[in-house]
Amino acid sequence: MKKIALGLSSIAISVAAATAHAGEVEVLHWWTSGGEAASINVLKDLMTEEGHTWKDFAVAGGGGESAMTVLKSRAIAGNPPAAAQIKGPTIQEWGDLGFLTNLDSVAEQGQWDQKLPAVVSDVMKYDGHYVAAPVNVHRVNWMWANPEIFKKAGASIPTTWDQFFEAADKIKAAGFTPLAHGGQAWQDATLFEAIALAKGSEFYNAAFVELDDDTLRSDDMIDVFAKFKKTRDYVDPGFSGRDWNIATSMVINGDAAMQIMGDWAKGEFTAAGKKAGIDYVCYAAPGTSGQFTFNIDSLAMFQVDDEGAQSAQQDLAKLMLEPTFQETFNLNKGSIPARLNMPRDKFDTCAHASMDAFLASSSTDDLVPSMAHGMAVNSMVQGAVFDVVTNFYNNESMTAEEAVDRLARAIQASM
Amino acid sequence: MNKNAAKAGSTATPAGRPARLSLADWMPKIVMAPTVVAAVVCIYGYMIWTAVLSFTNSRMLPTYNFVGFDQYERLFMNDRWLVALSNLGIFGGLFILICLFLGVMLAIFLDQKIRAEGAIRTIYLYPMAISFIVTGTAWKWLLNPTNGIEKMMIEMGFEDFRFGWLTDPDMVVYCLVIAAVWQASGFVMALFLAGLRGVDGEMIKAAQLDGAGIFTTYRRIILPSLKPVFFSALVILSHIAIKSFDLVAALTNGGPGYSSDLPANFMYAHAFTRSQIGLGAASAMVMLGCVLAILIPYLYSELRGERHE
Amino acid sequence: MSNPAKRQTTALDKALRFGLYAMLIAMAAVYLAPFIVMLLTSLKDVEEIRTGTLLSLPGSIDFSAWSKAWSGACTGSQCEGMAPYFFNSFKIVIPAVAISTLLGAINGYVISHWKFRGSDFFFAALLVGCFIPFQVILLPMARTLGWLGIANTTAGLVMVHVVYGVAFTTLFFRNFYQAIPVELVKAARLDGAGFFTIFYRIILPVSTPIIVVTVIWQFTQIWNDFLFGVAFSGFDTQPVTVALNNLVNTSFGGKEYNVDMAAAIIAALPTLLVYVLAGKYFVRGLTAGAVKG
Repeated sequence: MKKIALGLSSIAISVAAATAHAGEVEVLHWWTSGGEAASINVLKDLMTEEGHTWKDFAVAGGGGESAMTVLKSRAIAGNPPAAAQIKGPTIQEWGDLGFLTNLDSVAEQGQWDQKLPAVVSDVMKYDGHYVAAPVNVHRVNWMWANPEIFKKAGASIPTTWDQFFEAADKIKAAGFTPLAHGGQAWQDATLFEAIALAKGSEFYNAAFVELDDDTLRSDDMIDVFAKFKKTRDYVDPGFSGRDWNIATSMVINGDAAMQIMGDWAKGEFTAAGKKAGIDYVCYAAPGTSGQFTFNIDSLAMFQVDDEGAQSAQQDLAKLMLEPTFQETFNLNKGSIPARLNMPRDKFDTCAHASMDAFLASSSTDDLVPSMAHGMAVNSMVQGAVFDVVTNFYNNESMTAEEAVDRLARAIQASM
Repeated sequence: MNKNAAKAGSTATPAGRPARLSLADWMPKIVMAPTVVAAVVCIYGYMIWTAVLSFTNSRMLPTYNFVGFDQYERLFMNDRWLVALSNLGIFGGLFILICLFLGVMLAIFLDQKIRAEGAIRTIYLYPMAISFIVTGTAWKWLLNPTNGIEKMMIEMGFEDFRFGWLTDPDMVVYCLVIAAVWQASGFVMALFLAGLRGVDGEMIKAAQLDGAGIFTTYRRIILPSLKPVFFSALVILSHIAIKSFDLVAALTNGGPGYSSDLPANFMYAHAFTRSQIGLGAASAMVMLGCVLAILIPYLYSELRGERHE
Repeated sequence: MSNPAKRQTTALDKALRFGLYAMLIAMAAVYLAPFIVMLLTSLKDVEEIRTGTLLSLPGSIDFSAWSKAWSGACTGSQCEGMAPYFFNSFKIVIPAVAISTLLGAINGYVISHWKFRGSDFFFAALLVGCFIPFQVILLPMARTLGWLGIANTTAGLVMVHVVYGVAFTTLFFRNFYQAIPVELVKAARLDGAGFFTIFYRIILPVSTPIIVVTVIWQFTQIWNDFLFGVAFSGFDTQPVTVALNNLVNTSFGGKEYNVDMAAAIIAALPTLLVYVLAGKYFVRGLTAGAVKG
């Protein structure tokens, strides 16, 4: 790979002998928190070792909403960053518009097709060509629980949604908040899709990937909405607008018993000095134990004119799959590495469970893309689903039947 | 500068004086030119462009595939947009009324030869100096039932005190009003205080000689003479109301559900986050329509006032 | 008979005055509340924040959050705190305020004293610019900046702020200059004084109050701007509001609210100082004519 980068830039050298093969790579991302920044620094250092300059363009906020505004504004100005944190179907949208650059040579050199599971490499490709590099795989359908509260309330960890409500009743009676939740659209959707997943992967895929109208209007969907609304009874009154990490801290501090949240929640437990399996336990969300809702973070590479930047870009893609980076980043974030066959001894039991479930589910079609995290559908459909789900959760008078009808119509209208 | 102008004038034509006049005629136009160009491109050009986009099915980036009034139809079938519009009505109306009332009241109070007027005035005025990006978190805490005002009052002994508007879909819009009034009312106070200081002292003396009490003087003489101030305040407040964006983004992000969404937030979410530029452009056009509805009467009175002068 | 009546009114006056002060001070407390919450939180340590109430006093005054916010807090992979962004903001604000104020003064001067055909109409048309929701113009402006070759630079941001500030500054100056007698300018013109001489000798010397108002207004608006700052800045030109957003909106791995609050106050300090120090002139400037019309 280094040879290729050198070869590419030899043209640049012959023109302007000063620059060598070093280039600048501007990276737009929203990994701004302490732990994330530390992991990004690993990548930055690897880039610096290769002689490149890393220009950090971080824009936090709302799952990358502000960052997306920046990306659009820069793309339209004809000055996109060399790399940007985009994921899922959004990569396809940018590919359609012709903004992304080809990474096939790096991928071939690095044997990405062998190293990456098919489900990951599919997301990274546009029209059969690699255009993005993955950093991790998150499992979204986790349930985090405080075993102390379960013991005090005499409840057992639920493995179905019916058991969930039984346990929640006992916990509520014992004076704790059963479910720690934050009332933000994406958190509502995370809870909602976990309940839908318990109806089976086939149902989930038909509803949120194929957007099949019959499935969307089915009795099963009505039941999903009804159960979803029922969880509202087990949430504390101040949940509206709460950030997910505040909800996690309720479980950590022993105020709440459970939280349905992706594996990034583990970072909060770790930061609070809690141990997996002792202070907190991780289980698949009720009824979804063999299933895996994935959310893959990635950096897509944009077409840039500068040759130095181009070679830096290719090197960046190569380095992102380096084991050192994959390990550090994922240990910090709570996710699992995107590439296969990594040493797993440094990861904890929850991550091991995640890795096992990932491998097992990929052979049984139980590996499904997360709708709540923009892996299943484009942002238009996702927004339409969010509106219905979050409005239903906060509206006392709307029935599950009405919600199903609205969902089907909203999805239709957004296509 | 003037030297140049004079020189150009004297050398231009033998007719001298008329040429000088015509150069003087040109100078205002020349110095205004940059602003004119900027306004034509960056206000009207962009408006037309947005109008064009509102008739296309543009998604992630602008495209020019025209679909007629489809986006407007979708807009007014969208429950979230209707909620945003009615929120703007409630929010805007209450915000303007309360700000005007508080502003007038505080200005009159402060005009009573108050000791430490400067300090108090600064306290009322300072919220205007900071954006909601800065105060958003503090406001969220204050209004949140589990750790804000409600908790403080309960700890102070008022066991039954309840203040959970922030988490109540029916009441959350009033939280927006509280925070927005906090920010802008001091500015309105400053406008009226300035107006009061400008009122002709002779008029007040004359009224008091006629035996009018202090309240009558204010109601009959002083406040009516502040009509232009009312007008300025109204325009400034309505522009703040229509442009309100940071407020929602910082305080509620539209929630619970989307019950506290305002049109600017709707427009931004659809155009940028949800890749529906066409729909976002349509909502922007409706917002611009509202702006013009406010602005045209104002401009009409401005220009009519001109003719009287 | 007049004596007791007089005594009565002074007693009533005293009661009224007492009520007046009580009211004013109560309102002041309400206005101050959010700021006090921020200030107190910035001085506590993380444990005190978790256990205490919003208005509980910190156990000991601790400025470590402040120094961290200023020079140590991480946003992204940069751990330089708010300081570099703070200076970025000044690099944007100072030229933008200066240029937009100057343009506003000249425009206001033309519209009120050198009317030409269409100048009133243009003024009306320009006012619409005050009311455009800025979200609308992000994309076309991005394309324009790219075309001009100043996308994601400080120059580009300055231009955007000037373009959308000039409507307000023109309005302020026009309303102020409207009050300067037309005869004054007419006489000077008959004496042969040119466009800029009149501006420089007659108009500018009386403009101090309105310049103060305009500068305060523009400074506050531009300093507090987030939307343009985030959309049109480059990685090394991000203003302080963007940095603050990065710090505050990060929700991963243990939030340090004291640092957030210290950073928020730091970001607001320049505008706060301007209001506190120049607030008197602000009201005076408004009195002098900005409120007219």
